[in-house]
Amino acid sequence: MASTSTISVRKEALPGPLPLDSGRELAGVEIAFETYGELNEARENAILVFHALTGDQFVASEHPITGKPGWWERMVGPGKPLDTDRFQIICANVLGSCMGSTGPASAGEGGTPYAMQFPVITIRDMVRAQMRLLDVLGIETLHAVVGGSMGGMQALSCAANFPERTGRVLAIATTARHSAQNIAFHEVGRQAIMADPAWQGGAYYDGASPDKGLSVARMAAHITYLSEAGLTEKFGRRLQDRDAKSFGFDADFQVESYLRHQGISFTDRFDANSYLYITRAMDYFDLAEEHGGLLANAFSDASDTRFCLVSFDTDWLYTTADMREVVHALNAVAAPVSFVELSAPYGHDSFLLDVPALDRVVKGFIG
Amino acid sequence: MSNLRSDLAKIAQNVPQGARVLDVGCGDGALMAELQSGKGVDARGIEIDPEEVEKAVARGLSVVQGDANRDLADYPDGAFDVAILSQTLQTAQRPDWLLDQLLRVGQTAFVSFPNFAYWRMRLALLFGGKMPVVRHLPVSWYATRNIHHLTVEDFRHLLAEKGVTVEDSWYFAGGTEIGGANANWRAEHAVFRLAR
Repeated sequence: MASTSTISVRKEALPGPLPLDSGRELAGVEIAFETYGELNEARENAILVFHALTGDQFVASEHPITGKPGWWERMVGPGKPLDTDRFQIICANVLGSCMGSTGPASAGEGGTPYAMQFPVITIRDMVRAQMRLLDVLGIETLHAVVGGSMGGMQALSCAANFPERTGRVLAIATTARHSAQNIAFHEVGRQAIMADPAWQGGAYYDGASPDKGLSVARMAAHITYLSEAGLTEKFGRRLQDRDAKSFGFDADFQVESYLRHQGISFTDRFDANSYLYITRAMDYFDLAEEHGGLLANAFSDASDTRFCLVSFDTDWLYTTADMREVVHALNAVAAPVSFVELSAPYGHDSFLLDVPALDRVVKGFIG
Repeated sequence: MSNLRSDLAKIAQNVPQGARVLDVGCGDGALMAELQSGKGVDARGIEIDPEEVEKAVARGLSVVQGDANRDLADYPDGAFDVAILSQTLQTAQRPDWLLDQLLRVGQTAFVSFPNFAYWRMRLALLFGGKMPVVRHLPVSWYATRNIHHLTVEDFRHLLAEKGVTVEDSWYFAGGTEIGGANANWRAEHAVFRLAR
């Protein structure tokens, strides 16, 4: 990937070492972030948006490497559901990622990249780092935390571990626990990266990066973000730039060509080791396990927090059934919770795409 | 109180200030909104129709999409001061089970339903020989969600069987309240306040 050291991003250094769930500590942590809208005088109108696995802090502004618009511009901006005229929207690059926050590509002791010396992190570690960022920014309480997919895991983790910091929690297309199937798909991706000769045990930063492996990982994961109906509608069995099958292994089908493009373009903006570390953090995520095996216990201090949970009927990665478990736990602690399963054709990716009902729900819940 | 349906307005009047309320089958949350603004209650809802849930959430209410026939079992005992079931009993798979659940999660329950023994219904059935399609039950037998039609008398019998206390009851015809005398003939709708 293009090195983030060549682009300038806004970041803050966290004071003191960051304690991690693994028992280790990480010193010199930097967290990169973007803000949209103004903080009010009372400093309590901020909304923290947590990004997904391969997301970044550029929610509503141009990505510095790809030049593409922000990943949630449909949701964040003046007059939009997350209204920057009324709220300050903050989004931080997660710990372990590669858009300016400390991760495996960052310089460790002696100035060489951590690579596989980087400690294994968890979703709670990511949240902890972002709470420290808020301390640095002088923001004690948030109007809301919002996230989809892995962002939703962070939102739920934030409610469980830092309930005093937010009044509202909006978690979309997510789960309180990574399932065996979720872990299995991630393992395919990790094995693809580690099987790439260029990976070299993670110490590839001086030479070529394991783009082939990372590309395959992205292709496999991308399938899980879409629905079968969505794929059929978009590509069917249509052929790519040809009238007949080639009787070879070129990308005959449009869907193959699309996936290859998704895989290759991903390597321009993402670090393979970050992919290993972040997918591991997601696999380790089990909010009930962290709280004595009972999910309701995770939310016992969050009974005054307002929750809104949204799932999509075509999302088979994090399903409505997963979300209902969270609803059940929140009911058990009598937390004010809203839940709706929205109908949308795009599978897991629905949370990023054109689903007007989601806009209305978000706007209504955020208030 | 605003332009709520007459049975809902009656329920709204009788919910105590600041109560914890669960509205089962809350629709777009009209009653919840009224109770929250007028009575300062802590209102929660369950609704099966995702479009109605979306409307309720969009107005800032706490509503969970779910099927009361199943999901009511997930709520802890006595979690609410008041549980409300308006115009939903007759759509339940097992109205008796739903009533038990209502009185388990709520200290008090308000239940409203259309009375199938209303005189116009009796006449329509007697002389027409067909399932009545009338103002307060406007959908044909094959399309209606009302799978367990009941009368005021039926309901009273069920309550007696279960040993449920009737704290109060109100009756309506043509959108206005009428007395309780001969209610099984005269009432289009009934509202009961119940306690265990």
